[in-house]
Amino acid sequence: MITINVTDREGALHELEAPTDMNMNLMEVLKAHELPVEGTCGGMAMCASCHCYVESDHPLPEKSDDEEDMLDEAFFVDEAKSRLACQIKISEAVNGLEVSLAPVG
Amino acid sequence: MIQTDILIIGAGPCGLFTVFEAGLLKLKCHLIDALPQPGGQCSEIYPKKPIYDIPAYPEILAGDLVERLMAQAEPFKPGFTLGERAQTIEKAEDGDFLVTTNKGTVHKAPVVAIAGGLGSFEPRKPPIQNLTDFEDKGIEYIIKDPEFYRGKKVVISGGGDSALDWAIYLTEEQVAEEVTLVHRRNGFRGHPDSAQRVIELAERNKLTLLTEAEVIGISGNGQLNELTVKHKTLGEKKIATDHWVPLFGLTPKLGPIADWGLDIEKNAVKVNTFDYSTNIDGIYAIGDCNTYPGKLKLILCGFHEATLMVQSAFKRIFPDKNLVLKYTTVNGVQGFE
Repeated sequence: MITINVTDREGALHELEAPTDMNMNLMEVLKAHELPVEGTCGGMAMCASCHCYVESDHPLPEKSDDEEDMLDEAFFVDEAKSRLACQIKISEAVNGLEVSLAPVG
Repeated sequence: MIQTDILIIGAGPCGLFTVFEAGLLKLKCHLIDALPQPGGQCSEIYPKKPIYDIPAYPEILAGDLVERLMAQAEPFKPGFTLGERAQTIEKAEDGDFLVTTNKGTVHKAPVVAIAGGLGSFEPRKPPIQNLTDFEDKGIEYIIKDPEFYRGKKVVISGGGDSALDWAIYLTEEQVAEEVTLVHRRNGFRGHPDSAQRVIELAERNKLTLLTEAEVIGISGNGQLNELTVKHKTLGEKKIATDHWVPLFGLTPKLGPIADWGLDIEKNAVKVNTFDYSTNIDGIYAIGDCNTYPGKLKLILCGFHEATLMVQSAFKRIFPDKNLVLKYTTVNGVQGFE
């Protein structure tokens, strides 16, 4: 189990526990905890509805072209912090990750 | 007016399979979809992505799945109202439902099956406060007729194929007086050849290309005439324009169905798992748009729901007829003339 710290759009803090052995991504964890991300495409980096900002300096894999392309269709993009939650794999490497949910357009 | 037995809202996989299952019971179907083509998300979002959890297909592309569902439905001659969104529902005097689209097409049926997925696909709108003030007064989310822009100053936003293609067309065909393409990044997700052409046109001063920039403000006196564009490092500037066409793709919205008096929970329609009926007698909801304890948003679950739903629909349409389950292996598939 790892912990992810999420700030929702109202500024409330949520400390989420997530298992590392279930091949989950952050979008699925957010949805499992009923936080308001849509994840329309189901996690294929094809809809930008799980846009979030990574606030901590955890080393994450570079954005793929697919992810970069989809962020083009999102708004409120912050080049340095914006990610699609579905492209962040839940593993020990992201224990303690701090993210906030991007506003919806 | 279009009359049918089961009116299906949404021509995604679940809606298309409903046509087949209803056809086996000799019920006719008509489908309404906001998109111009059938297939729903499978066609619109991920036609080239493989799906691995369709029984008997270890792997199938979403687009191919739609093609096969269309072929499977074909003997039952479904009708389609495409590119129109189901807007209002009311009861006719004979108890049938009347469903009217945003373009005024009226459909009449004793049973309505909502297979609307996550909703109808609508253009993704930029978060600018007074946006609605200028919709159709200089702001369009889709280019229907390029001639509309003849002799005008046009700003297009976006980095996908539609943004690139229209920027090229309006410039090369000398339709618009001035074309400006605004895009948040230097890279484009559209076809590399198109991106290259746009860059060349910009180098020859045929169009203005503003990258690492976003439109953040709009103004005008009843009619759009100025945009505020913010560059990543160079600050803000104003651009005079007649039109702004933001092309940021499509996103599903539950839309008018939310106002049909159905029990809605978290953007989904509550149903009885006995037959996927809603709180309104004669309206069913199947596939991703419904919810019940244990719901899984999977195509294969939608197929199952569609199959049970048409049994209940049959009994509602023909209360006096007995229904005997007929296996296709015994009877084959008898289509409609």
